[in-house]
Amino acid sequence: MVARDDRRAVDPLIRVNRRQAYEAAQRRRALMVAGVSTVVVLAAAIILVPLAPGWPAVRASFFDASVFAETFPTLLQAFLIDVMIFAWSVPLILGLGLAIALARGARAAALFPLRIFGAIYVDVFRGIPVVLTIYLIGFGIPGLGLPRPWNSPYIWGTVALVLTYSAYVAEVLRSGIESVHASQRNAAICLGLSERDTMRYVILPQAIRRVVPANMNMLVALQKDVALLSFIGPVEILRQAGIYKSLLANFTPYVVAAVIFLLVTVPATRYADHLLNRDRNARS
Amino acid sequence: MPEAKLSLRAVVKSFGDNAVLKGIDLDVAPGEMICLIGASGSGKSTLLRCINQLEPIDDGAVFLEGQDISEPGLDLAPIRRRIGIVFQSYNLFPHMTALDNVLLAPRRVLRGDVAEQRARAEALFDRFGLAPHMLKYPDQLSGGQQQRVAVIRALAMQPEIMLFDEITAALDPELVGEVLQVLRQLRAEGMTMVLATHEMGFAREAADRVCFMDGGVIVEEGPPQEIFSAPKRARTQAFLKAVLR
Ligand SMILES: Nc1ncnc2c1ncn2[C@@H]1O[C@H](COP(=O)(O)OP(=O)(O)O)[C@@H](O)[C@H]1O
Ligand SMILES: [Mg+2]
Repeated sequence: MVARDDRRAVDPLIRVNRRQAYEAAQRRRALMVAGVSTVVVLAAAIILVPLAPGWPAVRASFFDASVFAETFPTLLQAFLIDVMIFAWSVPLILGLGLAIALARGARAAALFPLRIFGAIYVDVFRGIPVVLTIYLIGFGIPGLGLPRPWNSPYIWGTVALVLTYSAYVAEVLRSGIESVHASQRNAAICLGLSERDTMRYVILPQAIRRVVPANMNMLVALQKDVALLSFIGPVEILRQAGIYKSLLANFTPYVVAAVIFLLVTVPATRYADHLLNRDRNARS
Repeated sequence: MPEAKLSLRAVVKSFGDNAVLKGIDLDVAPGEMICLIGASGSGKSTLLRCINQLEPIDDGAVFLEGQDISEPGLDLAPIRRRIGIVFQSYNLFPHMTALDNVLLAPRRVLRGDVAEQRARAEALFDRFGLAPHMLKYPDQLSGGQQQRVAVIRALAMQPEIMLFDEITAALDPELVGEVLQVLRQLRAEGMTMVLATHEMGFAREAADRVCFMDGGVIVEEGPPQEIFSAPKRARTQAFLKAVLR
């Protein structure tokens, strides 16, 4: 230990720098190759795409700058509705997902029905396309003729999203719970902790930490799927873009909507990936 | 003879067709330190896990201060907290500081005054020379330090008896000493202990009684001088010859 440190102190140049020089050269080379190939591809796209026979028409109907400028503020405002639906769905999804995950892990014989219910729940809602769930619940339940606030497509559309996504979150959480080694549970039990306290203080905190990145990705998907509610009523961004499309006979509003989604989802996905990588590095 | 702290009577345990314990009888007096020795797979860990009922036994009985704790259907949490156990692999909770590891069970199970529990935990860290590391997370501690925290965590429940399952087996050789020192300290304080160990030197020096296990039974038991210097049974002789040399 001491000997190695001493050697470094004596001739840091030879030992460390040869390798560093090699790595720096490698990096320079990689950067150059990446730069050149990027320029080539970009140039090809910029030169070749406009040569396509339909390009002027496509540009006029999808990339109209004045339409973009005109519709952007309203669409951004409509997107706030997506964000709102997202915001109140998330706590419900996490809560219900956790409850289902715990129900599926219930050991006691008396809780057997709960376990079965959890399994069926997860199978059903993961097995139906989200759009279909939204249609069935969003049109079906208001069709019962409920009184005023309870016939709102906002509510039942949100419910459909919550039901579907909590099934996914429950599965992710359950895999997290099962990934915590049995020795952790044993250690807690041996200290005299109850099963409940063991789950709450020892297993769950570790499980949740492990599934944060996976659940982040889930939330990004949810943010996008909120737009599916446009099929049953709420004038959120996708529906608003559709209204503009009919009004202006131009598809640019859809591109605006796509850009707005990307502004939110790209940073969120990157952040989730960052978390995932950090975890992977920490554990290896 | 004073009443035994812990008594095992004809304890039998199988995993499927694999009969691991074939009738174990053992009495542990208060303050006694017993070392279980024996080849890998001879059932030492299983025996310890049957004592604190982490594994239910198939037949026989385990008595803690005269109470049959192996009775099927018993609520085990209150019993387990009277029996501390430390494993080879530390099993600290990685998401908590050393102090929180130690405080979790007292807070949730013993309840009582929070400040007093903290003071008691800090005193334990102090006693085993770990006070400077109290607020570190397990991955910031060496193996020896983690294992000592695991011992402190078990002691914080104020157990009547402590079980140790090869707690130095996963440690680098230079860290073994500090953990054995903790055991000596506990022995000096009169803790009743049963430990499975491969540290023959330690067993010889510190144990009150050594039990040699083989084939699911205790083949031979006695004071360490007798077992190590003049083993009577052929199997004991063969084992010691192999490990001591
Ligand atoms: N949970 C278990 N399930 C099945 N077999 C087990 C289990 N635990 C231990 N065994 C078996 O019991 C025997 C004794 O193991 P163990 O008690 O760990 O021995 P030791 O600690 O002396 O090395 C071994 O054959 C082992 O394979
Ligand atoms: Mg073992």
